[in-house]
Amino acid sequence: MEKMLTGYDAVAEAVKACNPDVIPAYPITPQTDIVEKISEMVADGELTSEYVRVDSEFNAASTALGASAAGARIFTATCSQGLKLMSEPLFSASGMRLPLVLGIANRSLSAPLSIWGDHTDTFAERDGGMIQFYAEDVQEAMDNIALAYRVAEDKEISLPALSCLDGFILTHVQEKVDAFTEKEIKEFLPERDPVHTLDPSDPTTMGAYARPEHWTETRYEVHKAVKRAKDKIGEAVEDFADIFDREYGLEHSGLVETYRSEDADVIIVALGSVCGTIRYVIDEYRDKGEKVGLVRPRVYRPFPKEELNKVLEDAEAIAVMEKDVSLGYQGGLAIDLKSSLYSNGTMIPVLNYIVGLAGRDVTKDNIRKVVEETKDVRGKDPRDVEEEERWEPLRDELLSGDKDD
Amino acid sequence: MEQIRIHGRGGQGSVTMASMLAKAAFESGKEAQGFPSFGVERLGAPIEAFVRIDDREITDRSQVYEPDIVIVQDPTLIELVDVEEGLDEDGIMVVNTSEDVDDLNLETEAEVVAVDATNIALEHLGKPIMNTALCGAFAKVTGLVEKGSMAKVIEETFEGEIGEKNVKAMEEAYEVC
Repeated sequence: MEKMLTGYDAVAEAVKACNPDVIPAYPITPQTDIVEKISEMVADGELTSEYVRVDSEFNAASTALGASAAGARIFTATCSQGLKLMSEPLFSASGMRLPLVLGIANRSLSAPLSIWGDHTDTFAERDGGMIQFYAEDVQEAMDNIALAYRVAEDKEISLPALSCLDGFILTHVQEKVDAFTEKEIKEFLPERDPVHTLDPSDPTTMGAYARPEHWTETRYEVHKAVKRAKDKIGEAVEDFADIFDREYGLEHSGLVETYRSEDADVIIVALGSVCGTIRYVIDEYRDKGEKVGLVRPRVYRPFPKEELNKVLEDAEAIAVMEKDVSLGYQGGLAIDLKSSLYSNGTMIPVLNYIVGLAGRDVTKDNIRKVVEETKDVRGKDPRDVEEEERWEPLRDELLSGDKDD
Repeated sequence: MEQIRIHGRGGQGSVTMASMLAKAAFESGKEAQGFPSFGVERLGAPIEAFVRIDDREITDRSQVYEPDIVIVQDPTLIELVDVEEGLDEDGIMVVNTSEDVDDLNLETEAEVVAVDATNIALEHLGKPIMNTALCGAFAKVTGLVEKGSMAKVIEETFEGEIGEKNVKAMEEAYEVC
């Protein structure tokens, strides 16, 4: 049924429909409203999940891990510093092949302290063996929860999944959502059927000590499972489209969505909500007859290498606009994308723009400037394009010296 | 696309008002987006909330810089905050005030509509909670949401007798504007 929902309401509704067994929760802005809403649902008897109030995010993730080991379906939510506290048990959960679904209201990391949003928190978990979905709008934030359960709990995957939505920009916006119910989602999402469970009558050890002669192979199996998730996401997105008539990058295994990029000379690559604003700027350029398009990875891990290479191979220049930076080098998405393209022999210049950190607004003027600069490098050999810092915008008056130092 | 900025103070329900206007636009068959100014809210401090209304899907996630409509919930904000900032000269400003428009110390070229929403709220609710009355004024002067849709949303937001009284406040403001 279509109704007006905030992002946090929509995530809570999705969780209610997916009906987890255990929800360990700890609040952190701007995620708090998700677990608050869920606690109301539990208190009102709408949701029968075991709601566990814990004393920290470390405990929330640890409780989630333990309950998942016992075979339960799990939900928790967090962001920012909270995700850092969860990081240790989350790495363990992937190593132990335990499915967990987390709602992440993306937010920056201290210091300086900021409650506003960017992708620094989840990018820092990149290497932990977690599937990472990024939503562009509230509808997708809701739908990704169901997709995350379906893939994370698949016996061939069995991993944690982070379902990310931009803090405030998506958690606190209210817009039209076609909300699914528990009854409707049952056709799409089967009950969890765990491979192994902790059971006193049939004892097993999970996450045991591994010596060097075993550890590498264990890690290799996790790596393969994360990569296998690509196909599983593709299947899940197809089934979802059949049942709910909503499509997420069906032609690209549900991993990548495109907008007016088929014949585009200049393509912007970006994650999450900023893509909505980029669409308006692309329409402006298209109205002038200029071929500008958008490519939006919906999933960052597993990295959609083949899918991105395919939709970008005919571009003349690419701009990656991202809300994270690997300090001391470049933005994480640009690093991965360049490796993906250039190892494939696709020599298109990629300009890396760091934007929207800690809630700084990304305006249409910012995006227009990115397009104009990217137009200038069309058709060039990437080795002939100077690697300069492109933080859009950077307030020179606040810097200690030359920004290109 | 019509962009609306609401100026109020923490505790006056600016975010609830944005939510009600967005829902009423949705009920009127339009696409809508409502959102607060992101960050920390404090009781009594100036606060903003935003609404976008369009006939097509709204995907713009940037902030509102050039509103078509500005709503001022508290006239004392006019001295403190640049409520006219970016307002389109063909736009509309709706101010909750008992004063005449000419006495408001505004320089905007936009049409300014004064409505004594606080007084209307006191009459119907016995409390100076003027949001629903301002919603009525908004519906009338902008035509962006239907009165019936506005009433439906108010009844959903405030249940029972309180909802009915708020609908009456909304309707009176609609009539007098």
